[in-house]
Parts: sequence; structure tokens; C-alpha cells
Amino acid sequence: MRTVPVVCLTIVAEAVVEARLLRDLEAAGARGWTLTSGHGRGTSHIDASDWEGANVRIETLLSSAAADRVLGMLAEHYFPQFAVVAWVTPAQVVRGDKFL
Amino acid sequence: MPAALETVTSPAVLAFLLGVFAALLRSDVRLPDAVHTALSSYLLLAIGLKGGAGLREAGLAEVAVPVLAAVVLGVVTPLLAWGALRVLTRLSPVDLAAVAAHYGSTSLVTFTAAVALLESQDEPYEAYAATLLAVLEVPGILVGLLLAGGAAAAAGAGRREAVREILTGRSILLLTGGLAIGALSTPASYDNVAPLFVTLFPGVLVLFLLDLGVLAGRRLRDVPAAGPGLVVAAIAIPLVNGSLGVLVGTAVGLSPGGAALLGVLTGSASYIAAPAAVRLALPQANPAYYLTTSLGITFPFNLVLGIPLYLALARTLG
Repeated sequence: MRTVPVVCLTIVAEAVVEARLLRDLEAAGARGWTLTSGHGRGTSHIDASDWEGANVRIETLLSSAAADRVLGMLAEHYFPQFAVVAWVTPAQVVRGDKFL
Repeated sequence: MPAALETVTSPAVLAFLLGVFAALLRSDVRLPDAVHTALSSYLLLAIGLKGGAGLREAGLAEVAVPVLAAVVLGVVTPLLAWGALRVLTRLSPVDLAAVAAHYGSTSLVTFTAAVALLESQDEPYEAYAATLLAVLEVPGILVGLLLAGGAAAAAGAGRREAVREILTGRSILLLTGGLAIGALSTPASYDNVAPLFVTLFPGVLVLFLLDLGVLAGRRLRDVPAAGPGLVVAAIAIPLVNGSLGVLVGTAVGLSPGGAALLGVLTGSASYIAAPAAVRLALPQANPAYYLTTSLGITFPFNLVLGIPLYLALARTLG
């Protein structure tokens, strides 16, 4: 089947920023996302809400240009202040117009 | 002090200490997150319903002055906490404000444990006291955020979001919602749901405190890093603010039980509503300071010693 290259952007963040992050993600061009919660530990050792759910992991498929916009937004508003990490991996999808 | 002994040997406090012990042993004792959330929702709604029923019986005229007193205390207590922290610790201005916000707000579970103690001792109290809990939860956090002032000016948008977070968060919504439901429902229909929300309440509290003990126990490991000044502050602030609450409660005509509850409310530190709001509004502040003091030190202190002390003071004054 013919596939189209997109990128998979994964963000792991402390749960307290979830609502704000999803709003910003949509504004930056993500058209959908999948969210799971989990536990973990990072260099910041910050878990400001470990009694109210742990970390959230947000995955979204989008164009590499949109992923760049999201990463720029994260770098400006999230990385300095909150416990957030993000990474991009290449992905191949069918129905590319759904994501681009 | 028999009241203190009775508190320490209550199943609720013993379950809490068991949780702390389990955490120190690094045991796997822990309720699933979903159960923890469900239990805290239950406690909020139950406390709200009970307060609402009391509100219905008391009427607005009787409640107005204590509510006004609670608002004033909600503004004064974080300022006192801020002053004590400035003297006793070397925290940065943002950390000072963040910790003060927690002491301005209040702790549902400490209040709940105090209610359980009063009932076990047949000490009468104003049934609408949960209204004061709802009133006290918000202003302290706001004053704390304002204290951060210039240091947090950059996070201005965060402050708006934090206010929204407090007002629409589970704790305020379920508590005020429960108050409204309790106040609007008829005595007969309230009696229908009482078996779940009143009879089972002390047992559920035991389960919740076991879990909270684990969380507090984990925080205890951070205490050495907090430094002696912060530890002293985390015990001095509840004593000062709690005594002030008892004094004001007695002055506005509350019964000794009610004045003790107001003392518990002003002397306790929030660890549910405030941490989330402060994390959003003051992300520069270090959560280790405010979580360790509110959950690791002040909460256990109040649970074991503070509550009986405020009650003893209220009985002496009343």
C-alpha cells in the first residue's frame, strides 16, 4: 500500500500542564493526538502532582513543518519552566491527507 | 493529654502512620490512582453534603459572620506564613510566596479528620462548618500568588489559568456542589443517601488516610534537604495560624467544636488545590519546598498534635 512520510511527535509532560499543552498543540497545527498517563522520573525530579495522576505522554502524527512549530513553542513556553521532554521519529502512514 | 492520645490511637491516624511506615520501608502499599481520585471525590462530596444540610438548618443570618471571618482569615494567614518563612528560611521570593499560598489555603483531609474526632468525642460543632472550608480554600492561594508579585509578573497568563484551575478544579466544584445539594435537598431525601455519605464516611476516611500516609512518607525523605528553618516554619505556622483561627472562631460566637474546626482550617496547609495552581502560576518555584512542608510535615503534625491542641484551646476559651 502506498504510504506517505510524516513525523510522530511524542511529548512527555507533568500532568499539571496537560490542558494547556493540548490547547497549544492544536493551535500549532496538530489535528489529533493520543494521550496516555504513566509514571517516570526525569532530570528535574519534579512531580508536582504525584497524588493526582502522574505524567502524560502525548503522541501526534503531523507534518515535519508542524512538528517544528510545536517544538519551537515547547522550547519557548515549556522547557524552561515545566518538566517536559519531546522527541520526533519518522513514520509512514496511509491516508496522508488526514495528517498533513 | 487524653485528647491527643485518643487522636493518635484512632483507626484513621493509625492507618496514616501505617502508610508512612510502609513508604519508609519502600513497600508497594498504594491505592491505584483511580481509587485515590474516587475516594477524594467521595470525601469532598460527603463533606459538602453534610455542610449543606447544616447550612439549611442554620440559615444565612447565623452563617454570615463566621463566613466573613473566614474570608479575612484567608487573607491574613498566608501573610503571617510569609512573614514567618522570611524570618526562618532563606527561600527565594517566589518560593516564599509559593509556600505561603499553601498555608493560606486549607486541607480537606485535616478538616475531615478533625470532624471525625469531634464526633467520636461527642463534641458539638456547627454543622455548616464545611462552608468555611469552601470559603477558605481560595483566597489564600490568590494572596500567595500576589505575594510573588514582580518575580512572577512574567507568568501573568499562568496566574489567570491558575485561578481558573482552582475555581473549576474538582475540590472546589464538588465541595460547593455538595453544599448546594445538601442545602437544597429535603431532610427526608437527605436521609435516603445518608447511609453512603454519612455512615460509611469514617471507614472511607481510614482507607484514604492510609494512602495519604504513603504519599506523606515519600515526602519525608525530602525533609533533610528542606533545611531546619523550613521544618521549624512548617510546625510554627500551623500553631500560630491555628490558634488565630480558634481565637477568631470563639470571638465570632462559634461553639468550642466549631472554633476548633476553624483553627484546623486556618492551621492546615493545602496539598491538593494549591500545588496544582501554584505549579501553573509559579513554575519557577521549587515543588520540593511546598510539598515537603505541607504534606510531609504540617499535615502529619496537625493530624497527630495540632487537632487536639486546637480543640483544647477552644475548650479553654469557650
